[in-house]
Amino acid sequence: MSTIALEVRDLVKSFLLDGATINAVDHVSFQVKSGEFVALVGPSGSGKTTMLSILAALLTPTSGQVLIDGQDLAQMNEKQRVKLRREKIGFTFQSNNLIPFLSARENVEFMLRLNGRLDHASRIRSDELLARLGLSDRLHNLPAQMSGGQQQRVAIARALIHNPAVVLADEPTASLDTERAFQVVETFANLIHENERAGIIVTHDLRMCQYVDRVLQMQDGKLVRTYEDKKEIIELARGTIH
Amino acid sequence: MKNIFLATYLAIKEVVRNKGRFLLVALVIALITLLVLFIAALGEGLANGNRQYVANLDAQLVVFLEKSDYSISSSRLETNTVKSVRRVDGVADAGAIYTSSTEIVSLPESLKVSMLGAEPGRPGMPPIIDGREFRGGEAREAVIDRNVALRTDIQIGDTIQIRSTQGTEDEFFELKIVGLVEGPSYFFQPTIFVPAATWEKIRPQSESELTSDTPYPNIIAVKLTDPLQAEVMAAKLTEEVSNIEVADIETTINNIPGYSAQQGTVQTQGVFTLLIGILVIGGFFQIQILQKVPQIGVLKAIGSSNGVVGLSAVIQIIFVTALGVGIGGGLTYLFSLGFPPTIPLVFNGARSLIAIALLLAIGPFGGMVSIIYAVRIEPLKALRLG
Repeated sequence: MSTIALEVRDLVKSFLLDGATINAVDHVSFQVKSGEFVALVGPSGSGKTTMLSILAALLTPTSGQVLIDGQDLAQMNEKQRVKLRREKIGFTFQSNNLIPFLSARENVEFMLRLNGRLDHASRIRSDELLARLGLSDRLHNLPAQMSGGQQQRVAIARALIHNPAVVLADEPTASLDTERAFQVVETFANLIHENERAGIIVTHDLRMCQYVDRVLQMQDGKLVRTYEDKKEIIELARGTIH
Repeated sequence: MKNIFLATYLAIKEVVRNKGRFLLVALVIALITLLVLFIAALGEGLANGNRQYVANLDAQLVVFLEKSDYSISSSRLETNTVKSVRRVDGVADAGAIYTSSTEIVSLPESLKVSMLGAEPGRPGMPPIIDGREFRGGEAREAVIDRNVALRTDIQIGDTIQIRSTQGTEDEFFELKIVGLVEGPSYFFQPTIFVPAATWEKIRPQSESELTSDTPYPNIIAVKLTDPLQAEVMAAKLTEEVSNIEVADIETTINNIPGYSAQQGTVQTQGVFTLLIGILVIGGFFQIQILQKVPQIGVLKAIGSSNGVVGLSAVIQIIFVTALGVGIGGGLTYLFSLGFPPTIPLVFNGARSLIAIALLLAIGPFGGMVSIIYAVRIEPLKALRLG
């Protein structure tokens, strides 16, 4: 039975802009279960990146609650947040994803080093994960020696290797061509499902939604619609629903 | 401990994978090291050339003529002052010292030397390391410093000729070399020692001075029964002996003409070179950190602590600085082998060690701003919000 890995309760994030208070995230609530892959979509300025930053414990909310694996972010100090990011969250970013002076294998293993869990068995698991992502011949390559798609796949491996409760992806396909983008998101979705992690992908490219289980649509900081029906999600991805 | 391992891992990986960039900075630090060490060695060498004889005197106090402002060349004491000084209770021994310059002309290339008159076995006469001391009276014998022997091939038993201006005429005197002393240079020149009466005869002198055969000492080196009582004895000597002023060795050195100004200049050059080093290292690491903002953002976003990020930067800075200082030290040694002996470079002084310690310290000091900047980078920089 799936457990709730991430829960957002009545979340608000306000910014002061020219003396006026703007709610970048406006009373948003949702849950994501383990093994569920969710897309957060919306136009520019809809608040999805702010939302992701709060879920990643990089921004503190103005009000409301975020619970990751049952732990309330609002109750944590900075040191505890760093620990939470290290242990419970996996990340892939839009660009500058990898540490440029570490090889593909070292980038993935770095998450294990950070968590003090690098041993022989975890090294083998890391290599297997990279092989699963089609990178077995790229283990010793530096990021600069890999394509954008390969870099994103290494980032996915890094995001999953330490078995985090939640995996967050910030526009992971933004710098990829269409074919590579589909490959990356499909692989991501498969791994989320297989490893029973909760995955959230922020994307402006609705075509990527065909691989997710649920779509949360944001506009002006509000969660305006949720797509749960697979048929509806496919139609959204094909552009027949706007 | 985990943070130290992680920081070391990151620092070493980055340096190894960016060898060219870090080696370039290490070479810049090496050049700064070369410059700083040469300035330090030059300072030590110049200081030695100026003060060595006085600094190695077997004495604790130096007696000058009253109101001579502790200037050796301005001081000229009465001949009986030495006896008066020796009679003061607490004085173990005292030796008169006579100073002037001359030129050895019996060499393929003439050599300017400091000619010092001193009394064998008394303070002011350095210990003989080879041969014997000269006889007293007007014996035409001399003891030379080892550097003169090394540079000129003069050996014990040889006779040298010196040129000395007597009134308005150049006159030539012959001296037999009877012994060697260590290399106590004085006033940037190697030294030869002669008996006081000989000194008075052969030293360069004006027309009016030629009428007198009495040697007047410039200073008197005073050895005390209790060296710890130097201050008390200086006061006692001033009180009991007329027309004198007394200084310790350090004051005497600092009043050698040009010594303080010269050392101040050399030290200022060294300080400015170190400041340039701080700016160069600080600038390099600041630029590097600015280029690495997204990377540091990612490191923090995935759970690296500020400690790991800051420590990694510190380790890199220390490593690059140590590498640069090491290369610079090696280069300095190699270059020093090729320098002619006329350039006064001395590398074995405390100055060189202080310079190396300061050079190792300027790395972390110069990189401090960049380390603080790295620690303050927000992990949000990894996302588009940054």
